Amino acid sequence: MKSVFGLLVSMMLICLLPFKVSANLVIEITQGAEGALPVAVVPFKWTGPAAELPLHDVGKIISDDLERSGRFSPLTEDKMLSRPSSNDTVDFRDWRVIGIENLVVGLVQPNSTGGYLINFKLYDVYRGEQITGFSVPTTARSLRTTAHQIADTIYETLTGEKGAFATRIAYVTSIKKGGQKTIALKIADADGYNPETIVESKEPIMSPAWSPDGQKLAYVSFEKRQPAIYIQEVYTGRRVKITSFKGINGAPAWSPDGRNLAMTLSKDGNPDIYVMNLNTKKLRKLSKHWGIDTEPAWSPDGKYIVFTSDRSGLPQVYRVPVSGGSPERLTYEGESNARASYSPDGKSLVMVTRINGNYRIAAQELANRQFRVLTNGKLDESPSFAPNGSMIIYSTTTRGNTELSAVSFDGRVRQRLALQSGDVREPVWSPRLQ
Amino acid sequence: MKFKAMHWVLILTAVLFFSGCESMMKSGDSSADGATVSEGDGSASTSGASRYGDWSGNPLDNPNSPLYTKVIYFDFDTSDIRSEFYEVLRAHSEYLVANPQVSLTIEGHCDERGTREYNIGLGERRAMTIKRFFEAEGVEGSRINTISYGEERPADDGHGEASWSMNRRGELLY
Repeated sequence: MKSVFGLLVSMMLICLLPFKVSANLVIEITQGAEGALPVAVVPFKWTGPAAELPLHDVGKIISDDLERSGRFSPLTEDKMLSRPSSNDTVDFRDWRVIGIENLVVGLVQPNSTGGYLINFKLYDVYRGEQITGFSVPTTARSLRTTAHQIADTIYETLTGEKGAFATRIAYVTSIKKGGQKTIALKIADADGYNPETIVESKEPIMSPAWSPDGQKLAYVSFEKRQPAIYIQEVYTGRRVKITSFKGINGAPAWSPDGRNLAMTLSKDGNPDIYVMNLNTKKLRKLSKHWGIDTEPAWSPDGKYIVFTSDRSGLPQVYRVPVSGGSPERLTYEGESNARASYSPDGKSLVMVTRINGNYRIAAQELANRQFRVLTNGKLDESPSFAPNGSMIIYSTTTRGNTELSAVSFDGRVRQRLALQSGDVREPVWSPRLQ
Repeated sequence: MKFKAMHWVLILTAVLFFSGCESMMKSGDSSADGATVSEGDGSASTSGASRYGDWSGNPLDNPNSPLYTKVIYFDFDTSDIRSEFYEVLRAHSEYLVANPQVSLTIEGHCDERGTREYNIGLGERRAMTIKRFFEAEGVEGSRINTISYGEERPADDGHGEASWSMNRRGELLY
């Protein structure tokens, strides 16, 4: 049945379309944290002509970002007693009386080149003092990104931790039309906006992984009816095939310095972990066992790799030094544990655990093995940390659809990211983008 | 597989269409005298069926042969072949031994439970188990290609045991 014609058709169906725009992901906060900081972001004043009002509302983007983090509870516009901009004198009594501790005001001015100058100020309401404030030039195209960067600054100023709003997520979608599925690898802003397709195929695409500089994605594609690992430049669409050995070519994972790619290959008969030097393309076998060894992930210091193995029966998480050595089993909770990855600070692992037949996201501290289950779904998969470690994005299968959810590392805040149709899965949070 | 299913649908549709025509003709002409054997009042007609084993087409397409079955199913998180499929796999082994020019691809598939890359490993293990069964029956391994799709290509898109049991499978593609 595998005719040359079929092969040609499947090859034609694979398009490399950088930046094909599709439906936005819709984010809904399903569980907020108690004790979130009250903050007010006054709508930013537009000083240009009304007809040229920018497409995106900077103040709203900042307010939504802060709310999504679960650390803040922004005041709704209708409760504001005054609406100063960053050019106005603020009457702090208007904010103290309704219990607002921090206030963000701003201004968007048109500049001569068709772009904007954004000015914002962050105030401590009780002290009546400005804490921070900047003027940031931007373009119409970068307006949302600039708004996310301002939200990052505000978040860092108020919490002492770096923000992760000016980041992106990559994910895989599967949309069925006329009995046939189209699988796509997409990237979107972390708030779900600007989704763009970077690869599309009728055959499976899986396991996307960002390079540490956020410029490339490694992934697995079955487009030639045989799995192969590709590395694609996100912003040009150019790509190279890295491996297409006989058997499994899967689970690519970048080393923190971007020079090596860990992966799963079964060319020697069964799945083992390998490390490839991306310059020399030389392969080194890191695990040798008849069991299934897969899903490698690097420690942030680049010294260890954790991976899934069923060498003891059911899948569990093991750790091996990158320099070689014997793997050490790390997980003993639940029925099985798989697909672990490190938190950005290297202190914890997040993974998929099976409890009473349900698959859930769990975190385990490396120092004391303290184990916490963070989600309550039936089939939660593919956890990925935000680059600041505050949130974990994952996929969840409910009501017959697979969609994305995010949970804060402390498990208190949850949100749902839904696509209008089809399945959305395998989310991976980008590193911080320059 | 899809092509073959379509083929059968076409043949069936054609059969139904032509039998419909015939009955229409008959209703218009009650004295029609066809090749069918008529007895008594002529309200019943009989004809001989194909003898079992009379199949003259490709033996893989004979619905009465165990070779017709090209999908076998697995239990959760195992690659052990269920005894109910021994007969099917033995028939395929015999066919492959008797037809040394034939090669095949074995696809391994899983249900959606468990992590995706682990399931790629499990699907490969299922495909390899079937390959080893054939090898043990005398088929050269070089004629058998294997590929694992893990949980990426479910036969049934549902999310319960009824769907999962259809998705934990090995497919023989000639």
